[in-house]
Parts: sequence; C-alpha cells; structure tokens
Amino acid sequence: MESSENYAIEMLNITKKFPGIIANDNITLQLRKGEIHALLGENGAGKSTLMSVLFGLYQPEEGVIKKDGKIVEIRDPNDANALGIGMVHQHFKLVECFTVLDNIILGVEPVKAGILQKAEARQKVLALSEKYGLNIDPDALIEDITVGMQQRTEILKMLYRDNEILIFDEPTAVLTPQEIKELMQIMRNLSAEGKSILFISHKLQEIMDVADRCTVLRKGKYIGTVNTADTTMQELSAMMVGRNVNFHVEKKEAHPGDVILNVENMTVASKMHKKNAVNNVSLKVRAGEIVCIAGIDGNGQTEFVYGITGLEPLVSGKIEMCGQDITNMSIRKRSVSGMSHIPEDRHKHGLVLDYSLEDNLVLQRYFEPEFTNPAGFLRRANIRSYADRLIEQYDVRSGQGAETIARSMSGGNQQKAIIAREIDKNPELLVAVQPTRGLDVGAIEYIHKQLVAQRDAGKAVLLVSLELDEVMDVPDRILVMYEGEIVGEFDPKDTTEEELGLYMAGARRKEVKA
Amino acid sequence: MGMVIILIQYTLLFAAVLSLVALGGCFSEHSGVINLGLEGIMVMGALGGALTFKFLGGDASPFVTILAVLFVAIAVGVAYSTLLGIAAIKLKADQTLIGTAMNMLGTAAATVIAKSINLAEDSTKPSSEIAYPGRKSFLFVDGYEFNWFMIVAVVALVAAYIVLYKTRFGLRLMACGEHPQAADSVGINVYKMRWAGVLISGGLGGIGGICYITAGVSSWKFEVGVAGFGFLALAVMIFGQWKPTRIALAALLFGFFRALSNVNSGFEFLKNLNIPGGIYNMLPYVISLIVLAFTSRQSRAPKAEGIPYDKGMR
Repeated sequence: MESSENYAIEMLNITKKFPGIIANDNITLQLRKGEIHALLGENGAGKSTLMSVLFGLYQPEEGVIKKDGKIVEIRDPNDANALGIGMVHQHFKLVECFTVLDNIILGVEPVKAGILQKAEARQKVLALSEKYGLNIDPDALIEDITVGMQQRTEILKMLYRDNEILIFDEPTAVLTPQEIKELMQIMRNLSAEGKSILFISHKLQEIMDVADRCTVLRKGKYIGTVNTADTTMQELSAMMVGRNVNFHVEKKEAHPGDVILNVENMTVASKMHKKNAVNNVSLKVRAGEIVCIAGIDGNGQTEFVYGITGLEPLVSGKIEMCGQDITNMSIRKRSVSGMSHIPEDRHKHGLVLDYSLEDNLVLQRYFEPEFTNPAGFLRRANIRSYADRLIEQYDVRSGQGAETIARSMSGGNQQKAIIAREIDKNPELLVAVQPTRGLDVGAIEYIHKQLVAQRDAGKAVLLVSLELDEVMDVPDRILVMYEGEIVGEFDPKDTTEEELGLYMAGARRKEVKA
Repeated sequence: MGMVIILIQYTLLFAAVLSLVALGGCFSEHSGVINLGLEGIMVMGALGGALTFKFLGGDASPFVTILAVLFVAIAVGVAYSTLLGIAAIKLKADQTLIGTAMNMLGTAAATVIAKSINLAEDSTKPSSEIAYPGRKSFLFVDGYEFNWFMIVAVVALVAAYIVLYKTRFGLRLMACGEHPQAADSVGINVYKMRWAGVLISGGLGGIGGICYITAGVSSWKFEVGVAGFGFLALAVMIFGQWKPTRIALAALLFGFFRALSNVNSGFEFLKNLNIPGGIYNMLPYVISLIVLAFTSRQSRAPKAEGIPYDKGMR
C-alpha cells in the first residue's frame, strides 16, 4: 500500500448526481507527484464533471479530495488555484486583443500602488519560457499567434502562478501533428521538473506515448487505473467502451467509376477576411470512392463545402454533378438532383432543433407526393411511418421516438438522425463534413461503416475531416487543403501522419492536378 | 477674429461634454455592459447639478459651487446608473431595452421633478425651467466661455488612459468585456467589475449632463432632455474605437460641428452661402451617421459587450 504522501492530489470515492443521472458514481483518481496521468473516457463518461468537482464548480454528494494526504475543501476555482491546481481548458480562456504577457498576468498582476509592473512580470515569464522550452513572444496579441503558441500561453499562465498540478483538457484536439509532438515534449519536461500532470484525452495513441498511468471512466463509473507500460491500446479501448472496438475501418479495394463531382477553379469569398477563403480549387470525386479533404480547421474547408452545397455563392469557377452544371442551382435542386450533405454544424445546418425527430427526418422530402397531398397538407401518417422506419433501420435512440424534440437528443443520436435522412435519400454524392465530431468511439465506428457502405454501393463520398485517424483510415484518396488551396494529394496507404502534417501546416506543397 | 475664438471655445466646450460622456460609455462597454442610457443619465446628472446651483444661489464662493455641483451631478448619475446595473448585471435583462427605458424615464422624471419644484414656489408657473445664477463661477477666463469642465474633461481623459492601460483595475475591466469566462477562470469577479464599469459611466455621464446644460446658457428647460447628446457621445465612443486618445480626437471633430451650429451666423462667408440654420443644427448628427456608416464595419467593440454574464454557462 502506497502512503498517501506520494500523491499530489487524490479524489476519493467521488459521487456527483444531477437530476435523473449519476454523472460520477464512486470515482477515485489518484495523481502521483511528478507523473503524467491520463484520464480516459468517452463523451459523457464523467470526465468533465470530475474536473469541475476538482475545480470547485460542483460540490460532490460523497467523497473527499486530498492534497498531499490532507483533506481539502474546494468551493470555487480560486480555492483550486490556491492549492496549486491549474488547467488548460479545451477552449482556451484567453483575451484575444490582449498580449501574451497581459493574458499570463491577468488575475495575479504585480502592481505598485495599483500600477502594473510589467517589466517584472516579463522577466519571470521569459525565465519560465526558457526553463520549460515554451517558445512565446510576450508582446504578440493572442489573435495574431498560432493555436500552438496560444496553448503555450495557457501553460505559462499555470507556471506563472506556480501551479504544481497541471490539467490538460483534450489539449491535442486543435494542434497539428508537429505541434502535438512539441506538446508531448513540453509535458515530459514539466513532469521531469516535478510538476504533476493530469491529461484528459480520448486519443489512445497519445496516452500510450506520453502518460505513465491511465484512469478509465465509463458511463460515470470508475473502471480502473493501469500503467501504460503494462497495457495495450486494445485493452484501454475495451475498458473505455466496454467491448472490443475495431479501430481499423474494414474496407475492400475501391473501384472508382464515373466522375460524379467535378469542381473546376472554384473560388469562394471569406466572411472573416478580405482574402478568398477558397482559391481556385479543382477536384474530382468518382463513384465508388471516398475522397477526404484534410487540413487544420479554418483553412477554407468550411467555405469549400458551402460552395459545393450552395450555402455560399462562388466568386468564380464551376461545379458539375453527374455531368450537370449545378454552379447556380438552388440548394433544393441540388438536393433533389442527388446531393446529400452531412453538415459540419449539426445544430446550425443539420437540424431544426425545436422540431420533432420525424419532422427533421422528412425535412428534405416533405414536398414529395408521398408526404404532401395535392391540397398542400402534410400526410402525417406517412411521415410517421417513414420516420419509424428510419429510426429502426439506423438505430436512432430517443426518449419518445418520432415525437422526440431534436434538441433533447444526445449528440450521437442527432448525428445518426441526420445520417439516416441523408443516406436514405439514396444520393449520388454524399458530402460529409466532420461527421464524427464530438462523438464517442462506438458512434464513430458506426458512421465510418456507413460511409464505406455508401462507397461500396457505388456512391461518391466527399469527406472533410480534421481528425488524422479518420483521414488515414476512411478515405481512398486524401487532398490536403491549406489556406484555401489544395497543396497535396495522397494515397492513405503510401503516406504517414507526419507527412500529412507538414502539408497541413503549409511547410510543404506540391502540384495537384484535378 | 472674435468669432474664431467663440468657435474654438464652443468646440472645446462641446468636445469636453462629448469626451466625458463617451468615456463613461467606454468604461461601461469595456466591462461588458452596453450603456445606451447615457442620455438619461446626462439628464439626471444635469438636473442634480442645476438644482444644486439653484439652492446655492449666486453668492456662494466659486470654488464651493464647482465642487458641490460636480459632486451632486456625479452622485445623481451614479445613483441613476444603478438601474442599469441591477437590470443588466443582476437580473441579466436585455441591455438595449434597459438603456432605452432609462432615456425615456430620465427626461420624463427630470421634467416632473423640475415642474413640481417650480409649482411649489409659484403655483401659477408650471414650467420645467431651472435657472442657475451661479453659472458664472464655472468660467475661468472672464468674458469667454472657457469652462472649468474643460479641465475636468482633460483630467478625465488622462486618468482614463492611465486606468485602462496602466493599472490592474483596467486590465481586469477590459478582460471582463472581452472574455468574461477567461476573467472568471483566473479569479476575477466579473459581476463586481461590471458594476464598477457601469457606476463609473454613471458618474462621467452625470458630469457630462451638467456640463452640457451650462454651456452658454443660464437656465434649462428639462422637457427637451439633452437633445440626443448622449447618443452623439456613443457615436464618439465608437468612432474613437473605445480608446481614450481617439475618443478625444473624435470628440473634437464632433464638437466642432456642434459648435458650428451655434455660431455659424457670425461668419460672413458662411452667411453668404445662405444655408438655413437647421442644416447646421443637423450637421453633427448627419456627420455621425456618415462616419459610423463608413467606419463601424471595422470597429472593434469589446467582444462580450451586451451579453449578460452567467457563471453557470461555460
């Protein structure tokens, strides 16, 4: 039995209930001094709740928190901070129009008679950045620097406050592969200097790479804590999901047929800045293949899809689908002509959240004679039976079946509903934008299977993804987009994540012919 | 020559009013609360100041008069702005609506109060006009409209610059207007900072009000309110990009056009143009429309302004 003093922080038998749900059910998490400890679990497994308890945002019904073996009470984030607990949030808490330095000192500013002493703060920050290899420019504005540097700013915020326990909440989600490597090195440096690190993630590879131990949660329950040296990714994923998951997408050789989507010299304006978001892009997607647009968020993928689906007009260029010019076609016509769209933002473009599930399912077909009689009234009975069929076939789970309000459904089931609607239309072209965003491993596996099934049924699939696992696994062809242009084409079998990362970060490019 | 000096003195006077009130708006918005109620705050501050003048009479020493009037105008402005604070910060109501309500209430309440005071003195005179015999004590150059408020405005501008950019308070205040969740996560009490921003804007708005009604006249009819000056100050604030230095320049520009409407008849060449006086009166407002139409696209308001902060929402 290890003595309690070896732990930087212990959360013992924590139980936190919300109306109708036990978010944390008797969970124990023990963070050793100087270790990197991963917290693994699917969405809704209770990771966030547990961290909120640690930060005093929620008070647990049962259980205690110990720091260095002594019971402590944490009522609000200030208490946590006073105990030396700091966190890099998934969505950075940085003031965009402030400098890096101002953000670091905010809340613990050195002052004389109320006047800021920035020179003093700057020295401390520079010393810390040198010590831990955190390259930053203290005078740059947050809005002008890369995501990686923003994250280093967040880390410096914790170090500036002399935090001993550092929590990283899904820190790699927004980074390029190179930046992820840098971050891993930074985390190792920090732990070598005696900082204790809690690393929240659902990316198994990263946990295996960097963590010493891993605690797994599932559906609010504590499953176990393992040494990463003694386990495998398969074992971890089985602990996380409760069954064996097939990471590798099973698929046969692709047999590309006719060109279904042909984009020529497409240019789309940006709403954010004066430059064009998509610049002179040409590509083809054939029947029976999955083409993936990879890239870091914000490099024009969103606008590219808007252009194809008709949500934004083109500045110039031409789009053909099945040989038909659809450049100026309305969204309805595109949809009827065989385009399906699984949108990036399922709340904004995918569902009418306050409509029932059945109305959402029939949203693109309600005008067909099957669902509307000649007088213009909806055929409710037909809509219900159609919805019930989709719900059954695509395993969409909800509280009150077809009558459930879409808003009340879980993210995974909302996504399944959209996929059911879009795939059941039997499209020629399926445009899927980050179809697995925010979903757990089980749902991801399901969605990937559906995409491959569409491909095998001879449909053209255009996938836009930010997740490298997905980029490497699902498509037959990868196109990397950087600053609105296609900068490389790859066969997933002949490339590596590292190589893609260089192209995604703009460090390399090659000519691509459509 | 004489006309040029008059034009300058009025320009400076109106610029002083505009920059005081715009700074008020600037503090409130940097904390994250849109203060559309500046117009109403000005009226209430003006009423407080005018009544102080009235009760001190013309014989009190200039120094005492200035201090007392300033103090009361600030106090009334701060008190009135608590309405915005309670509704916008505590009750998380829609800030645009509260501001509009405060403007309507401000002029109406000031009129009622002024009238009832006048009626109590002389039941045959139901007027909302308040005279301030001590106004002269506000002039520091005899015979000209160079007003102590100009000094107050300069002091306020310098102080605002230092407070916003050089102090801990300023850094925290602006963080609350930009990203309150970030401020909260480092232990800053967003609600307190927003209260501070709103109350400061109340105080500055109050001074702006009394300054406006004492510019060149020695009595004021309160049913006219402050004739949209609070809104003009908001235009100055936006044109000034929420920065004290630029607010000062914007205030001079708008102040100049406002002054022109007072003194245009004194210039021969303007008179020869034969433009009706109404056009000059419109100028500052028309200019503000044009300027905002062209510049507001690039303007960078505090990001979180207008959004009530709720600790529970993360």
